[in-house]
Amino acid sequence: MAKTVTIKINGRTIQAEEGMTILQAAQQAGIYIPTLCYHPDLSVEGVCRICVVEVEGQRLLCPSCAYPVSEGLVITTHSPKVREARRMIVELLLANHPQECLTCAANQKCELQKLAKELGIQEIRFKDERHHHRKDDSNPSIIRNPEKCILCKRCVRVCHEIQSVGALFAHNRGWHTEIGPEFEKHLQDVVCVYCGQCINRCPTGALKAKDPAPQIWEAIYDPEKFVVVQTAPAVRATIGEEFGMPPGSLVTSKMVTALRMLGFDKVFDTDFAADLTIVEEGNELVQRISTGGVLPMITSCSPGWIKFIEHFYPDQLAHLSTCKSPQQMFGAIAKTYYAQKIGIDPSKMVVVSIMPCSAKKFEAERPEMRSSGYKDVDYVLTTREAAGMIKEAGIDLPNLEDGEFDAPLGISTGAGVIFGATGGVMEAAIRTAYEVITGKPLENIEVTAVRGMEGIREATVDIDGVKLKAAVAHGLANARKLLDMIQSGESDHHFIEIMACPGGCLGGGGQPFPTSPEIRKARAEAIYRADRQMPIRKSHENPAIIALYEEFLGEPLGPMSHKLLHTHYTPRISEGTPAPRLQKDAVHSK
Amino acid sequence: MRFYRSHILVCNATPCVLKGSRAVQAALTEEIERNGLEQEIKVVETGCLGLSECGPIIVVYPEGTIYANLTPQDASEIVREHLLKGKIVERLLYRAPQAARMPSVALPESPVLARQQRIVLRNVGLIDPTSIEEYVASNGYEALGKAFSMSPEQVIDEIKRSNLRGRGGAAFPTGIKWEAARNASGEPKTVICNADEGEPGNFKDRIIMEGDPHSVVEAMVIAGYAVGAHKGYIYVRGEYKQAINKLNKAVTDAKSKGLLGEDILGSGFGFDIEVFRGAGAYVCGEETALIESLEGRRGESMVKPPYPPTHGLWGAPTVINNVETLANVPQIILNGSDWYNSIGTERSKGTKVLTPCGDVLQPGAIEVPFGITMREVLYEIAGGTKSGKEIKAVLVGGPSGVCVGRESLDRRFAYEDLSPGAGALIVIDEDKCIVDLIHNCLEFFVHESCGQCVPCREGTKRMLDIADRWVSGEGKPEEVRLMQELAKNLAVSSRCGLGQFAGTAFVTSYNLFEDEYHAHLAEHECPTNICAMRNGRRMSNG
Repeated sequence: MAKTVTIKINGRTIQAEEGMTILQAAQQAGIYIPTLCYHPDLSVEGVCRICVVEVEGQRLLCPSCAYPVSEGLVITTHSPKVREARRMIVELLLANHPQECLTCAANQKCELQKLAKELGIQEIRFKDERHHHRKDDSNPSIIRNPEKCILCKRCVRVCHEIQSVGALFAHNRGWHTEIGPEFEKHLQDVVCVYCGQCINRCPTGALKAKDPAPQIWEAIYDPEKFVVVQTAPAVRATIGEEFGMPPGSLVTSKMVTALRMLGFDKVFDTDFAADLTIVEEGNELVQRISTGGVLPMITSCSPGWIKFIEHFYPDQLAHLSTCKSPQQMFGAIAKTYYAQKIGIDPSKMVVVSIMPCSAKKFEAERPEMRSSGYKDVDYVLTTREAAGMIKEAGIDLPNLEDGEFDAPLGISTGAGVIFGATGGVMEAAIRTAYEVITGKPLENIEVTAVRGMEGIREATVDIDGVKLKAAVAHGLANARKLLDMIQSGESDHHFIEIMACPGGCLGGGGQPFPTSPEIRKARAEAIYRADRQMPIRKSHENPAIIALYEEFLGEPLGPMSHKLLHTHYTPRISEGTPAPRLQKDAVHSK
Repeated sequence: MRFYRSHILVCNATPCVLKGSRAVQAALTEEIERNGLEQEIKVVETGCLGLSECGPIIVVYPEGTIYANLTPQDASEIVREHLLKGKIVERLLYRAPQAARMPSVALPESPVLARQQRIVLRNVGLIDPTSIEEYVASNGYEALGKAFSMSPEQVIDEIKRSNLRGRGGAAFPTGIKWEAARNASGEPKTVICNADEGEPGNFKDRIIMEGDPHSVVEAMVIAGYAVGAHKGYIYVRGEYKQAINKLNKAVTDAKSKGLLGEDILGSGFGFDIEVFRGAGAYVCGEETALIESLEGRRGESMVKPPYPPTHGLWGAPTVINNVETLANVPQIILNGSDWYNSIGTERSKGTKVLTPCGDVLQPGAIEVPFGITMREVLYEIAGGTKSGKEIKAVLVGGPSGVCVGRESLDRRFAYEDLSPGAGALIVIDEDKCIVDLIHNCLEFFVHESCGQCVPCREGTKRMLDIADRWVSGEGKPEEVRLMQELAKNLAVSSRCGLGQFAGTAFVTSYNLFEDEYHAHLAEHECPTNICAMRNGRRMSNG
């Protein structure tokens, strides 16, 4: 047990654990200290100097994010000296910042804005030069606007430490410092995987996702177009946060009503396609195991993860399942099976998806995603952007009546919804694979061994005597560890689930701000709650899926499936890219 | 072993090299060979005596005659007259420039040399720095042997008792730093010599490394032994080409003699040193930025705490000491802390290498005991101003130090009185402009800021923006408060010393030269005619 020390903050005596920083101790005691470059997921950098406090006996102000507690420490968090220092910092930041809050995507969500208001800044006395940098609007997912960057480097830290991608760096020195890819390249020309974790950490509008809302409005109001929307599993457990509801609020039926009110012709559910993915992928796994195919097989529904392996382990692509992601399977089925079913010209169908993800925007643009003969998925909205459309339409989501998804592409099971959490795909696959292989029902439907937030989890599932070795990883630094194991021959797994984002999709790059380990835990609980509320909890029991095979696809892995529901991958370059800066040492870590 | 009847020591410190000392050395060597004297007379290079204003310099032994302002053409006369006939060449003798200044005062022939107490510089200018044999002959590596006969704790104790404080500017007690690193857990422990010497006006470390590189090597092994480290790095600023070469030679020679590597002197203790070259960033003189650079990353400071003695290179306990600090160590071990405490003042023990420069008559590195007054240093040793005009101000410690004026001339250099910082004494005479000087200092900090923390990155730039207006006649009196506010907040909230001290020179200079600032800001006039004021009253030079 860690030793406890007694300290005083603002005259209040509190207990703290040895090894904690002043900031951690204060937060635990409910004492507010403003921060900017600090983030609970990331190592401590101490660049903003906003969190400085007065420590008795110290001549300088001390960064509370880094200063360790010790017995008898006396701290003041908001003395005049501290407030003056903070005000100067914010005033300096504002002096080098575009003054366009009113039209900025981060308006009212911006942490700089919040601090300026909190500190009562009413004048910017520095009216000289501002830095000027070019915008990077090169790719389908992420827009970089370095003029709004305050150099907190939260994006750099998450990209290096948690994702081990390393697409963003600080360049130049001093006042000319700029964050971006190496050699002033665009994101689309480097190893960026579009996971959007940087967007989630950016305190200002310097990083944002590419929002297709204008085009979607146009399609909705175009009488010629038949616009359908699909919602990813994680969205129903998080979109409520955009309306002030606490993390962990499950708002599935209200979300459906809201989307219907927006004017979508049909409100469908990506979970349907998640069930479809399980049937295809489960069969693919069984086939690989029984015919000596490439093992371990790795899930392929996370497009950030796919781009990661294409860049960094292009010789390991055979391990990937050839199944498309649920988003893409949905689009292909919508524009073929469903269009035929209701007699709609697929060229007039617009498929919109709402995703917790920024990489899904890139995925929809991949050239191979046109199996239906058209672009399978037309537009991808993040959870935040969908909430934006709902708000713009004046819809008060938390107080709506319940609504139901449309059939048949809105019918899903609990196995589909748990895709939103790390371990969910694995669990859903096990629920189906067990019964497909053994012909017997799975007793403990909740495979808790693969649940949780540890970076890499392993489990052995006894399938009628056959030991299925499974592994789950979330966050790309953990994916990298598993890939290294595979590359060195150490991996004896059969099946691996990898999600690019910490927590799985519920922590995706398109999710509401802020994010933290506690918030992601609450979201996971909501997703597993949704699973328990579903009448059917195994993908292969989804009646709409059964009908789809009977009426249209034939058999899993059959020729129709291969045409519409399976895909291939593209090796990409990563040579010449500087190595990512992995977490340095325990002291500076979270 | 060969006995020579005469030695000619040629100063090859960088300033003399730039003035052509190598050609002088070559000419002397050739002349000696031509006269068949190479078996009797040895020509060697040596380090700096602090007389570089009069370089190229040679010292002829055994007489100790100093010849100055030499050209290669002088070689034949020196050999013919002095070495063959035994006659001093009067016209080439070094004459203290101060002598012309104060003819009525009986000055020692070389006030620069006479007033110094050379401990750290004891070998500089006397031995050939490329010869380990000469270092050993000068009691070199004896301290190391003695240290091995003590326990590591005893070595630390001795350094603690000596009250040796860091000579790089921060003046942290060295013994306490070593003790913290010894007691901290983590591997591999490292000793780093901070030879980045970036402060404008500082060149003392260069003098030490060029003139006596083995003193640094020996000290690092002692430090490693004391704290339990087996690897050392000397981080030298990239521009110090000669120092890097000399250090590399010293390390190689030490290795070949078993004074580096495994089982040194049969002690069972092993230590290795790597000379690491910096790449042109002042901020890398800050210890955590230095560590980042050593680890192959951008030279950016790291948030403190934790501090290097507990979490340094590779996250393990690391001792980082300045060159001059280390160069004191062998002498302290050899002669004892009591001896060291007998030098200096009540609270500042030992000596300090100072580098008076700028408008002084005889700039150079000089080593003096703590307690000496600034007047003695600047007038009696450095000879007052070159122009003969009054000293106006001194940046004590360089641009990141304090600005003092004539009112401080009789203050003593000591931590308890006028702290010398790292030792730079940039002197300006009454013809120079304070505002222009401060503007120059701010330009430096803006250029060198690592750019990571907001106060320094943005604050130094805004200070420069204001100073830009002041030197071009567009300033306003109310901007003084803004400048002071910036300086004050940078001082308490910046992440490292660069930002913390960027405003000190302004704040201290404003207290002394308020009228001059007022002239610039309210009347848009530069009293010394240096600043190009936009209202047309421009000067010819400046």
